[in-house]
Amino acid sequence: MSDKFILAGKEFSSRLIIGTGKYRNHSEMKAAHKASGAEMVTVAVNRVPLDRRTESFLDHLDPALQILPNTAGCYDAEHAIRTARLAREALGTNWIKLEVIGDQVTLLPDNEQTLEAAKVLIKEGFIVLPYFSDDLVMAKKLLDAGCPAVMPLAAPIGSGLGVQNPANLRIMREQLPDAVIIVDAGVGVPSDAAIAMELGADAILMNTAIAEAGDPEKMASAMKLAVEAGRLAYIAGRMPKRLYASASSPLAGAIK
Amino acid sequence: MKVFVNGEEREFEKELSVAELIRRLGLLSIRVAVERNKSIVSRQNWESEIVSEGDRLEIVHFVGGG
Repeated sequence: MSDKFILAGKEFSSRLIIGTGKYRNHSEMKAAHKASGAEMVTVAVNRVPLDRRTESFLDHLDPALQILPNTAGCYDAEHAIRTARLAREALGTNWIKLEVIGDQVTLLPDNEQTLEAAKVLIKEGFIVLPYFSDDLVMAKKLLDAGCPAVMPLAAPIGSGLGVQNPANLRIMREQLPDAVIIVDAGVGVPSDAAIAMELGADAILMNTAIAEAGDPEKMASAMKLAVEAGRLAYIAGRMPKRLYASASSPLAGAIK
Repeated sequence: MKVFVNGEEREFEKELSVAELIRRLGLLSIRVAVERNKSIVSRQNWESEIVSEGDRLEIVHFVGGG
């Protein structure tokens, strides 16, 4: 099936992007990455500890994976911009997952600061993939600013609640038919991912759902299948919902 | 000479290059990036860029994240 996912001009076979955080150990992480079929993974930028010599975390990742640094831990545009520049300098990639958080407890995004940072980074040649709350108006602003995709949350980061506002996602898809929409954050189980894809998302980004599963490798396989199933269903076109029944078997001709 | 590296105060007997500072602190130097007073110091400039009194440096690497 030639249903390629094109993001910022690059073709991906997988519509699943996953994170590298929260795994119990590196081998669990690597097994999960492999099972997921993901071609791109996110990493965070952190201060090098001064009290000990560290190894490079990136050495534990499959070299075939594209690495997408994020600006996690940033609470304003300035910090996110500086973090993005540091990530580009260290890794040599223009791609950045832009994350500007507005609240420590919910980790909900500060959309305003996200837009501000996006504008600056786009001018500096970054490929900005912004994480934001699922709001059509903000999506338009981010796309108009030059983001090649938008990444609305399903639910708070790490909450595992699944898509909390399916109507929002459907509206976004309908109103922005050509936009690349990647649902990022809040997925808990494969059905959550399938639902997001059925609603028209182009891809899913998740971390906790796999890393905190009892068996991350198995969950990663399940997620891979769910994203594929959801996408196939979306393309196939679902049946209509009805309030009342519509018989599947003939009403006439049954024995009496 | 006092500088701040990743938020911590560090003392050196005199000014030194970014490259020398990284060597002296025994830090990993691959796939890291350096910022001095909020400006990126490219790797090619590590030997020539001098760290002086009161400078604030951020030296970062990558870790797991979502």
